[in-house]
Amino acid sequence: MSDGGVLILAEARQGELREVSLELVSAAREVAAGVGGRVAVAVIDQQAERFANAVGADGVSEVLTVTSPTEHFEAHVWQRALEGLIERERPAIVLAGHTIDSLGFVPAVAARLGLGFAADVTAVWWAQGPRARRGAYGDKLHAELDFPGKSCTLLTVRPGIFAAAPAGSGAAAARAVEIDLDGTARTEHVEFRDVAIGDVDITKAEFLLSIGRGIEDKDNIPRFEHLAERFGATLSVSRPLVDAGWMPNARQVGQSGKTVKPRVYLALGISGAVQHLAGMRSADTIIAVNTDPEAPIFGVAHFGAVADLFEVADELERALG
Amino acid sequence: MKFVVCVKQVASLDEEFELLEGGGVDSDFVEWELNEWDTFSLEAALALRESGEGEGGEVVAVTVGEQEAEEALLACLARGADRAVRVWDESLQGADPLAVARVLAAVVERESPDLVFCGVQSSDAVTGSTGTALAGYLDMARVAVVTALSYDAPSSTLTVDRELESGLVEVVRIGLPALLTIQTGINEPRYATLRAIKQAREKPLVTYGLEDVGLDAGAVGVAAGAHTIELQTPERGAGAQLLDGSPAEVAARIVEIVQERMSG
Repeated sequence: MSDGGVLILAEARQGELREVSLELVSAAREVAAGVGGRVAVAVIDQQAERFANAVGADGVSEVLTVTSPTEHFEAHVWQRALEGLIERERPAIVLAGHTIDSLGFVPAVAARLGLGFAADVTAVWWAQGPRARRGAYGDKLHAELDFPGKSCTLLTVRPGIFAAAPAGSGAAAARAVEIDLDGTARTEHVEFRDVAIGDVDITKAEFLLSIGRGIEDKDNIPRFEHLAERFGATLSVSRPLVDAGWMPNARQVGQSGKTVKPRVYLALGISGAVQHLAGMRSADTIIAVNTDPEAPIFGVAHFGAVADLFEVADELERALG
Repeated sequence: MKFVVCVKQVASLDEEFELLEGGGVDSDFVEWELNEWDTFSLEAALALRESGEGEGGEVVAVTVGEQEAEEALLACLARGADRAVRVWDESLQGADPLAVARVLAAVVERESPDLVFCGVQSSDAVTGSTGTALAGYLDMARVAVVTALSYDAPSSTLTVDRELESGLVEVVRIGLPALLTIQTGINEPRYATLRAIKQAREKPLVTYGLEDVGLDAGAVGVAAGAHTIELQTPERGAGAQLLDGSPAEVAARIVEIVQERMSG
């Protein structure tokens, strides 16, 4: 792959390949022709070979395995491993997921190697060089980027944008890449903990009434609990209400909370930060009520009302009699 | 213990705004404030200093930004930071996270702190990259997206919660010096008293150019990872069908839609 090509960095956690890895294979198709057609997928793990078959999806030329000295993801080990992969394989484009693990090391690799770089991109294409699109001003605008003068460009791609390529649908050969990673770890794993265990499983609910920052005050929560009950809905929330300690983690929808797919998602006073949309955009029907007509939630909603959520909530109570 | 807290004065767009020729937004339509994530990272530094473990420590707030970014620094000084540093050069206009991190690295190197705190991301650019890129330039140990932290003085070790997707947390230990990117909700950021806001203006706030921090004029261009060709107003998905009318009419339609979808 010394002539360029695309290098994809797969991601696994606790022995499971994460979906974004296969989404990146689809993203690579948008740019592979521009960089010589080759697409390699790299897996870093203590037993990297175990994922070789799965990541070898249709369109993948080669699978590269790097053996990690640590059982779990460790940011500094992964940083050195990716640096080593880029130095050895000399790809023209590197794609990683815009995930929490990536946030811990991918920008450091871009900084140290002086690469072209953009994070959380939602589109990639080729126009005499790599191009990417990402949000600006909290996703109210889009920025179109290029990477002049860079021989290698590293992009983190927003999860959930590209359809995942079918796992194991190709026939790519696997090759082990030896990178000395001993002694590179600088943090020590203690444990994993699930903080979202609670009295209710919002992922099982068919109708979610979801409230956000727009409810303004903790004292307003009971009236929405009441409304949800009257409506036959389960109450869920966006992150700021959990951050403020008003509601437990178990009720949180979004990247760091739960990913939900109810038949109806009624969002009251939720503007729709990227991390929130990631957790609810595949609901069958999304209804949003927000006072800001530019709120990103209207970009994914099927029905939207630019209105005061308290007035609408009062009228909902009345209509439900 | 010495802390550097990297902060940003973020822009939010008014409901109505206009794009300029050549990519920017007309500044008349932009409001500025201290990035929400940075209020939590500053609080984390102040709280650690006050906990006794970091007692007597100095908290230095640093930003890369134009004149108006001094408001963000004053907000930090009013909440309890001891002094502040602002770096600016015209070449930093529209700078990407790698360029900003390169400049921050030059300042942090000179300050030589035990702990560097950054917000996970800024509410306007939302790259989540500047802190970790800074750790890369400094070759500093780091943990990103921290939602809890405790410090053990005898071993100079932090035990932190690293927030993962889907309600999972990883607990890790890290020695000092270290850089943490701090997530919202980790603490309850304090408000400044009126007296403290007045006194903030008496605290040291210095402004540096690139050469003052040992960088040459081309450093920003060299470090930059991307160039913005243009800004566009995104096409709103064909999606949202607008529910018009009075709140009562909106509510009636919502009930109708819910009943239809839930029975279907």
